[in-house]
Amino acid sequence: MELLSLSAVELGAAIREGRTTAVEAVEAVFARIEKLEGTLHCYITLDKKRALDNAVRVQKKIEAKELQGPLAGVPVAMKDNLSTEGMLTTCASKILKNYIPSYSAQAVLQLEKAGAILIGKTNMDEFAMGSTTETSAYGVTRNPHNPEHVPGGSSGGSAAAVAAGECFFALGSDTGGSVRQPASYCGVVGMKPTYGTVSRYGLVAYGSSLDQIGPLCKNVEDCAAVMEIIAAFDEKDSTQIARKDTDFTSALIRDVKGMRIGIPRAYMGENPQARMGKNPEIYREKSAQGLDTEVRDAVWKAAELLRSQGAVVEEFDLDLVEYAIPAYYTIASAEASSNLERFDGVKYGLRAQAQGLHQMYKKTRSQGFGPEVKRRIMLGSYVLSSGYYDAYYLKALRVKAMLKQAFDRAFAAYDCILGPVAPSTAPKLGESLSDPIKMYLGDIYTIAVNLAGLPGISIPCGMDGKGLPIGLQLIGDCFQEKKLLRAAYTYEQRRNELLVGEG
Amino acid sequence: MAREYETVIGLEVHVELATKTKIFCGCSTAFGGRPNSHTCPVCTGMPGALPVLNKKVLEYAVAVGLATNCNITRYCKFDRKNYFYPDNPQNYQISQLYLPICREGFVEIEVGNGETKYVKKIGVHEIHMEEDAGKLFHDQWEDCTLVDYNRSGVPLIEIVSEPDMRSAEEVIAYLEKLRLIIQYLGASDCKLQEGSMRADVNLSVREVGAKEFGTRTEMKNLSSFRAITKAIEGERNRQIELLEEGKTIVQETRRWDEAKETSYAMRSKEDAQDYCYFPDPDLVPIAVSDEFLDEIRSAQPEFRMEKMKRYRKEYDIPQYDIEIITNSKHMADIFEATVDLGSQPKKVSNWLMVETLRLLKEKEMDPEDIRFSPENLAKLIELTEKKTINSTVAKEVFEVMFAEDVDPERYVAEKGLVMINDDDALKKVIEEVIASNPQSVQDYHNGKDRAIGFLVGQTMKAMKGKADPASVNRLLRELL
Repeated sequence: MELLSLSAVELGAAIREGRTTAVEAVEAVFARIEKLEGTLHCYITLDKKRALDNAVRVQKKIEAKELQGPLAGVPVAMKDNLSTEGMLTTCASKILKNYIPSYSAQAVLQLEKAGAILIGKTNMDEFAMGSTTETSAYGVTRNPHNPEHVPGGSSGGSAAAVAAGECFFALGSDTGGSVRQPASYCGVVGMKPTYGTVSRYGLVAYGSSLDQIGPLCKNVEDCAAVMEIIAAFDEKDSTQIARKDTDFTSALIRDVKGMRIGIPRAYMGENPQARMGKNPEIYREKSAQGLDTEVRDAVWKAAELLRSQGAVVEEFDLDLVEYAIPAYYTIASAEASSNLERFDGVKYGLRAQAQGLHQMYKKTRSQGFGPEVKRRIMLGSYVLSSGYYDAYYLKALRVKAMLKQAFDRAFAAYDCILGPVAPSTAPKLGESLSDPIKMYLGDIYTIAVNLAGLPGISIPCGMDGKGLPIGLQLIGDCFQEKKLLRAAYTYEQRRNELLVGEG
Repeated sequence: MAREYETVIGLEVHVELATKTKIFCGCSTAFGGRPNSHTCPVCTGMPGALPVLNKKVLEYAVAVGLATNCNITRYCKFDRKNYFYPDNPQNYQISQLYLPICREGFVEIEVGNGETKYVKKIGVHEIHMEEDAGKLFHDQWEDCTLVDYNRSGVPLIEIVSEPDMRSAEEVIAYLEKLRLIIQYLGASDCKLQEGSMRADVNLSVREVGAKEFGTRTEMKNLSSFRAITKAIEGERNRQIELLEEGKTIVQETRRWDEAKETSYAMRSKEDAQDYCYFPDPDLVPIAVSDEFLDEIRSAQPEFRMEKMKRYRKEYDIPQYDIEIITNSKHMADIFEATVDLGSQPKKVSNWLMVETLRLLKEKEMDPEDIRFSPENLAKLIELTEKKTINSTVAKEVFEVMFAEDVDPERYVAEKGLVMINDDDALKKVIEEVIASNPQSVQDYHNGKDRAIGFLVGQTMKAMKGKADPASVNRLLRELL
């Protein structure tokens, strides 16, 4: 049996049925890591010993029928902004280069309780700020489909590790597309749940009102199984909602008959920004580039497939999306500037040698943070400063509220919204860093979802001419993950049949 | 003619709430733990930790708001106040700026005595909830600073008054009033010395009759009513002097030095920080429901005025006693509980008014620090009622009880302090006293009545205080 070709749920079943063991699964993953990690660099930290010890322990419990869940014994990787007790948690930043947490994030605890085996911490953009994993202080991660290209970001390490078989599934965090976009670039399934579905306790905050932990998986079924575990209610996060509908695997039904799917016209134009609003200055450069035709064709093809399965697919106008990017960078940066204040050299992490407290603060933070993080701290501090608060931060919050209303109107008519995840496939390494505005604009399709608190899923829907994966995005109304999973599952199953048919 | 000035004062009062756990985590608020032993990822600002509001804090804040006639903000939020300092582990304090829990209330104060007595309303601008910071320790030997986060996250309310006070007397009356309300609610012990109640004084002066307020300063580090009074006098005089010299007053924060009885500038408005306040996205807005408000309202205790009224009706004790006893919720509780155990109100009141107050003063303690139980006080009263012990012994026992809350019955038995009323035994001792003090006997017979006092004293001494002085007196006269 080729273990690495199994999905997480298939592996879990194989372990339960005694066809393989948790230890063999961990060994297989580490063999794969040894082979590929030198090129890909998906991980910041790996702990084989801890993984094997846990595998032995979990295997015993499985054999004693104490652990029967679908993911018991399955190796998992965590994005390095998820707190892991006793395991380095750096957020890909120098400022936390030596930080070993005293506690684990709630999502990590839930998965460990379910018997998943933590094997290591994946690379990411520093503090999740970036779209390519290139802002990591610990080097770039390469796209398993083509090492000259980025894996996307900020959960690039998690996406690449799943795509490369260096783990069976991973967790990431999605503040403006950081799960869905790398999932799209690496050809895996990534889900951003409704805000408040997964406890953020132990997720090192970037933009607290936008952050959600989400799974990166080999297929939709795995995604539903992971969601079911990590959505457990936790009273340690005030923003989490006690949901009674977290039996997500029950939505794995191959049926979209009558499902109403809307495609925002602006999303699919050759020149999306030109059709999004009145052509504000900021979009001029991006407008010239627009939506990649190969991406557009693949997404249209996916829409056609869903139509062929009985869904009602039509185009509609989604208002206000043109304001999503400036509102997002205002809100996320404002929250980040405050969230990142605790990294000061006093309690943990890097401390620069300096005379006096003030100098120590300055030097520690100057040395500890990379340029993208500093840029967003400055931006955030500016928009929160007295005299500018109303003009920027409050206005951005109003945009956020209006955007939510626009989506409410859309979901009165549609079950799901369909579109691309990103305007193009994975760019080459180094292409994005030189132009942050360009990188920010790449988030056009994902950001509005976070602002409105909605669930979104990214599923592979084809390859471009260079052999790089293309992602399809489905967006649902709040708490409608099941509709998304059902549509995604139907699409995935039908597409697999067609691919087999094509040979 | 010299110009006349009026002092305008507003207070910012911080009160530490008496919750068992901290405002945003389950850590203990108890005093005196080893440094950083009452901490967790939340109150030490670990990456990824999140705050969850302690509901008790909201209950106390709303209760104080209702008792001070405030409007309760039905949709309220927490905001982050951002500033870097090591006692503040997140480098932002979770507080309330935009939508504080209580607004626009007032308290009534009584100032002065007799003829000059007047009642005045002092406006409460707002009350907000926030977290306390940790404590820094400067180690002179190692030349370093250490931080203890045990206090980090202890809940506070800040009560901001309107600039309605005009004298130190009014300020003290206002603080006393707040203290009583909050103590009666059980929301805090409100000890200035220990920092569970802290007052910052905002003060300006203006010429009498002026419409506009003058430039104000804020005085910090005031840890007693005495310090507050001194600081108000000092700051008033300082500002008037500046104005008289034609100088301007700088809006600044000043620190009171209690030892030197003077203040110095800490920071002026120019270097005031921009706290970049914004709503804390980690805490959901609080919607205060009608049910919640009703619950708090119906659980409001009997406050001092009502209690005094009831005491006048129910207990036959002097008005002065009522005022003293009800001036401390704790003392009133002890009084009522002891009476409920069957003791006569006047007897209980006497013990509180005389011996208790004496010992409190002697030991520099607050009534809130009283540790003896109503049960033991009731027993002591019973022992004297039944003449098991005499009043001298009773005072002695009370002192021990005051210090250690001992059971007086057991203590009296163990120490052999039971009063001796056996006439034969007493006679024997008195005869010895008469025999060895012929001069006093002579004086007595010569009509010097004072001599009998001396002889009683000698007898009591010989009896180690355990005799009933009345019996001794009677027997002495018989035998002489």
